[in-house]
Amino acid sequence: MNLGRVIGTVVATTIYPGLEGVRLLIVQPLDRRLAPRGRPVVAADGVAMAAPGELVAVVASREASLALPGLPGPVDHAVTAIVDAVEELAGGPPR
Amino acid sequence: MKIGRVAATVVATIQVPALDGRRLLLVDLLDLEGRATGKDLIAVDAVGAGAGETVLVLDEGNGARQVLSAPQAPLRAVVVGIVDAIELGRPAG
Repeated sequence: MNLGRVIGTVVATTIYPGLEGVRLLIVQPLDRRLAPRGRPVVAADGVAMAAPGELVAVVASREASLALPGLPGPVDHAVTAIVDAVEELAGGPPR
Repeated sequence: MKIGRVAATVVATIQVPALDGRRLLLVDLLDLEGRATGKDLIAVDAVGAGAGETVLVLDEGNGARQVLSAPQAPLRAVVVGIVDAIELGRPAG
């Protein structure tokens, strides 16, 4: 999974039957410092409540299809969590 | 598997059920000299890795689900080990 920020939604009335009712979010992938990295993707909303502006965790590839249990899963990205905080850990001395 | 360093924890109260509230770590991926490659990923912690520790990250779905015995979990990266040493060139031991 990687960090991302929801920057929009996609409405697609004509869509593959398995994807009806699935919220489609536009997510800008972020690096660890929450700076944009790479191009935005359209991700299925696995938690069904991610709103634009929110920080999320996004899983890609086949795993994304597992984020929406009921579906045949024709998705390649999915939001799996809404991130409340990324708490930097005081860098302990590597052993 | 990949080598990384634990940089942060990801706090996420709302998550897909299959993640099951497991501890999520933000891991900076490293090259063999221990330098950050600039890439990072969020991995489920399966070994109790702490701040700044160099870790072994399994980044493959089937293996990840097996490690966590969660056949339907939409996740791919799991911290499966804490690295004590990396020895290059010389045969181990």
